[in-house]
Amino acid sequence: MPFDVYLNVVVAGILTGLVYGLMALGLSVIFGVVRVVNFAHGEMMSIAMYLAVVLFASFGLDPLLMLVPIAAVMFAFGYLLQAGLINPFITRPEHSQFLLVVALAIIIVNALLLIFGPDARTVQTSYAYDSFQLGPVLVDASKAYAGGAAIAVAAALFAFFRYSRVGTAIRACADNYTGALVIGLDVKRLYALTFGLGAACVGAAGCMMTLIVDVTPIIGPTYTLLAFVIVITGGLGSMAGALLGGILIGLTEALAGLVFTPSAKSMFAFAILVLVLLFRPQGLLGQRLS
Amino acid sequence: MSAAWLPRLNGGASRRIFVLLALLLAVLLAAPWIVNDYLLTVLIVILYSAFTGQAWNIMMGFAGQLSLGHALYAGLGAYMAAVLFVDFGIGPWIGFLAAVPVAAACGAVIGFLAFRFGVAGVYFAILTIAFAEFVRIGFDHIAAVNASAGLFLPVRQVAHNDVWHLRGDPAMFYYVILAATVVAFILCRLLLESRLGYFWRAIREDEEAARAAGVPTFRCKMYAVMISAALTSFAGVFYAFFYNNLFPEQVFNIGRSIEMILGPVIGGTGTLFGPILGAFVLTGLAETLNSIMGAFGLGMPGATQVFYGVCLLVVIVVLPEGVWPPLARRLGLTKEWP
Repeated sequence: MPFDVYLNVVVAGILTGLVYGLMALGLSVIFGVVRVVNFAHGEMMSIAMYLAVVLFASFGLDPLLMLVPIAAVMFAFGYLLQAGLINPFITRPEHSQFLLVVALAIIIVNALLLIFGPDARTVQTSYAYDSFQLGPVLVDASKAYAGGAAIAVAAALFAFFRYSRVGTAIRACADNYTGALVIGLDVKRLYALTFGLGAACVGAAGCMMTLIVDVTPIIGPTYTLLAFVIVITGGLGSMAGALLGGILIGLTEALAGLVFTPSAKSMFAFAILVLVLLFRPQGLLGQRLS
Repeated sequence: MSAAWLPRLNGGASRRIFVLLALLLAVLLAAPWIVNDYLLTVLIVILYSAFTGQAWNIMMGFAGQLSLGHALYAGLGAYMAAVLFVDFGIGPWIGFLAAVPVAAACGAVIGFLAFRFGVAGVYFAILTIAFAEFVRIGFDHIAAVNASAGLFLPVRQVAHNDVWHLRGDPAMFYYVILAATVVAFILCRLLLESRLGYFWRAIREDEEAARAAGVPTFRCKMYAVMISAALTSFAGVFYAFFYNNLFPEQVFNIGRSIEMILGPVIGGTGTLFGPILGAFVLTGLAETLNSIMGAFGLGMPGATQVFYGVCLLVVIVVLPEGVWPPLARRLGLTKEWP
C-alpha cells in the first residue's frame, strides 16, 4: 500500500480521536470531581446525536452550528440529573452509585429505541464529501471541522477550570471534599454544575460525532466503554490525558481498520487498555496509584 | 475433609426456612403438571436467571467484586459445548467438563490482571466488560465457530427425553435447570459458611482490614472469580442446547451481562434467596407487562428493557438492600440464614 494512504488514515484517525478525546474529557471531569462513574456517558452522547439529527432533518440546521445550543441542553440535563438523582447517592457505596447510572443507561438506550426505532440515522451535510488537499494528505472536511471544534471546546473547558472563580471552586471540591465544605462552598451545587459541564462536553462531542458516524440507539454502550478505555489509558483525573488517550485510541482504531478489518478495530482499543493496565496502571499521564 | 458440611448447611437456620424451602421446591417440582407450555418456558427463563444470578452473586455479593462481563463465561461455556457437539458429536455434559477449565482460566486471567495491579471497584467492572467485548468481537471473526453468521445445533426429533444429550421436551429442560439451581443454591450456602466464605465477606466489608488481619485477599478473590466463572459456564451450556443457536452478538452481548446482575441486585446482593426472588419478580413482571401490551397490540421493541431499567432504578433508590432482606425480616426469618 502506498505511503500516503497510511498518512491519510493517520490524519483521519487523529481528527476522530480529538472528538473521542472531548467525549472522554466529559467523563474525566465528572469522575475527577464528583467521583461518580458515569456509566451512561455514551448514552448521553447518543441523546445529543439524536437531537442533532432531528434538528437537521426537521429544520436543516447544521450540527456544527447547533453545537452550542445542544451542549446547553445537555448541560441542563446533566445538572438536573446530578441535583435530582445522583446527589443523594454521593455518600452511598461505589457499586450502588454505579448501578444507579447503569439503570439510567438502560432507560436511555431503550427509550431512544422506542422513540426512534432501530434504524441508523445520518446527517447529510452539503460538505459531507468535501476534502482539503494538504500536500500529499487528503483531509476529510467533516472530520477537519469536527476535530477543530473539539479542540476549541476542550480549550474553553481548560480555560474555565484554570482561570474562572467557579472553575477554581470546583477544583477545590475535587481536591478536598471536606475542606470545601468547611470553607463554605456549596458542594452539591458545584457537583451539579460539574456534571452539567461533563454532559455539555459529551453533548458537543455528540454533535460532531454525527458528522463522522451514523447514529443508532444501541451505540451508547459502545461509546461508554470507549470513553472508559480512553480515560483509563490517558490517566484518571488528567484532562490532558483524556485528550491524549482519545487521539491514541482514534489512531489505533483507524490503523487497525486499514491493516486488518474495520469490524475488529475495537479489539485493538481493548488490547491497548490491557497493555496500559499491565505496564502503567496509572495511565499515560496519570498520578501513580497508591 | 471432615463431615462438618451438614451442620454447615443447616446450622443456624430456623424451622420456618426449611418449611418455606420445602414448599417452594414442592411447587417447582410439580409445576410441569400444573402449568402450560408457555408458562413452563417462562419458568425456565426464571430459573436460568436465578442460576446465573446465584453464580454472579459469588463474586459481587460474597467477595464484593463487581463483574459486568459475566456473559463472557456463559458464552464460552455455550460455544465450548456447542462446538464439541456439532463438530465432534461430544455430549453437553462432557462439554461442560471442558468448559469449566476454560471459563475458570479466563476468569483467572482477568482476576490476575486486575487484582495484581490494584484495579478495583468500578475499574474492575470496566475491565470485565472490556474482556467480554474483546471476546465478542473475536468470536465475530473466528471462522471455526461460523463467525457472526452464528452456530446452529442440529435439532432432531426424539421419542424419549435424552438427558445425556440434552434433547427433549421443555419439561426435561425445566428439571435440568431446576436441579442446577438447587445445586447452585446449596453450593453457595456451603461456600458462604466455609472459611473461604468468611474471608470473602471480610474482603467485601473492608479489604484493607481483611489483609491486615491476615486474609490472603489476592488468592480469595481469585477463587471467587474462578468459581463464579465455572458455575456460569454451565448456564452457557444449557443456553446452547435450549435455544440451539449461538451468535456472538447475542451471547456475549453486554446486555446479557446486565440481565444477569438485575435479578440478584433487585432480590438482594449477598443473600442466597435474593437471586431467586429477584428472578421471579423481574421476569414475572416483565412477562406480565409483555402480555398486557401484546393484548393491546403494543408490542414495541425496547419497552421491556425500559421497564427493567425503571425497576432497577426504583429498587436502588427505595430499597438499597434489595427486596429480600426487608422481606426476610418481615417474615421473621433469622438473620443467621442470609
